Amino acid sequence: MLLGYGASLLEGAALTLVVAMASLAIALALGLLGAIAKLSRLRLLRWPAEAYTTLIRAVPDLVMMLTVFYGGQLLVNQLGDHFGWGFIDIDPFIAGVLTIGFIFGAYFTEVFRGAVLAVPPGQREAALAFGMTSRQVLTRVVGPQMLRHALPGLSNNWLVMIKSTAIVSVIGLSDLMNRASQAAGATREPFLFYLAAGGIYLAFTSLSELGFAWLQRRLGVGTRRVQM
Amino acid sequence: MDVDVIIESLPLYGQGALVTLALLVLSLGIGLLFALPLAMLRSLPSPWVWRPIWAYTYVIRGTPMLLQLFLLYYGLAQFEAVRESVFWPWLRSAWFCSVAAFAINTCAYTTEILHGAMRSLPGGEIEAAKALGMSRWVTFRRIVLPSAFRRALPAYGNEVVLMLHGTSLASVVTLYDLTGAAREVNSRYYLPFEAFITAGVCYLLITFVLVAMFRAAEKRWLQPLTARS
Repeated sequence: MLLGYGASLLEGAALTLVVAMASLAIALALGLLGAIAKLSRLRLLRWPAEAYTTLIRAVPDLVMMLTVFYGGQLLVNQLGDHFGWGFIDIDPFIAGVLTIGFIFGAYFTEVFRGAVLAVPPGQREAALAFGMTSRQVLTRVVGPQMLRHALPGLSNNWLVMIKSTAIVSVIGLSDLMNRASQAAGATREPFLFYLAAGGIYLAFTSLSELGFAWLQRRLGVGTRRVQM
Repeated sequence: MDVDVIIESLPLYGQGALVTLALLVLSLGIGLLFALPLAMLRSLPSPWVWRPIWAYTYVIRGTPMLLQLFLLYYGLAQFEAVRESVFWPWLRSAWFCSVAAFAINTCAYTTEILHGAMRSLPGGEIEAAKALGMSRWVTFRRIVLPSAFRRALPAYGNEVVLMLHGTSLASVVTLYDLTGAAREVNSRYYLPFEAFITAGVCYLLITFVLVAMFRAAEKRWLQPLTARS
């Protein structure tokens, strides 16, 4: 299939998924922390979270990734010289996942913050009146309801994230994009391979959208739908 | 931090910023030019009209822009017919391909944004226009479009900022935009932090200016439409 490069493309596609999933895990964790910090009463927490989301969303992901990749290499070299470890290559996988996770953590912060604010304040007040601690309020009342409001934002950002992983090919990770480029160079049929890669990306985003639509229905069980 | 290198390279960044802005303005302009009629057609009831447009936006929004750029810049060169056509001098230029890829990409997003804005128009306004005897075209020009443009402002502002960041991909196909300038400085002096953080700060400033512009536009044109709370 595909002049013998089909398997290579599929391997690249698998790596693209792994990069996206690993970045998602980091981004979700950062997003939750960021949202908690942003909603906190302490200015000491709010301020750094504000700076994080503003700065990250104002700089292109490619620039950020190149900074982490080349800058990280420089730091590792200097540390290596200092401690006599010798030469260590910075791993494009780690650099890519950390950068994408870090970038989308900022977007997820905004998603979670908006979702928490969308939960009616009466819910929280009622839980407090029942004598729940603020941690219980978060895990039993606000958290589960917030998830439903967060889902559209999560779904959007996940789709953007899958597509963003294509730039890790620039720092030499052999993801789907990179495999397509290699096959294109070797066979001199770039159109074919980029088209095939495009088909795979489209399949990923389409399947994700179906999955999120199903999840939205599941989490929306028991909520009232108003027909216009 | 080696400040001397940054100061010495400032002209390079200045030129890069001009390239970035040119890419941004050109692709946004072309994208918007085509998005407007497409969004209008996308709102028509006939599936023969809106389905192909939906398919176009769906495919473009479902694939990475880097891939679309590569498909144009590297992909088309595969075909003998393209290489011998009169368009070849354009199609082999990184400039043309970048602008074309970015325009095709932003056009798809803008079409959906405008379409969504048109759909969110309260039905009563269209009925009122009909009751006043306005034709379809007059209704479009006087009622639907002015309100759609206003409602589309917040989403379009986001799209413009995303496009600004998207133009950094042009550096991958050898253009010297802001990111390209940073890569050049990095490879010349091997000072990655100085090189890329300077570019990052430039993008930051441009982003802030764009956001401020859209905020002012929303205050002027969108706020009168929204209910007071």
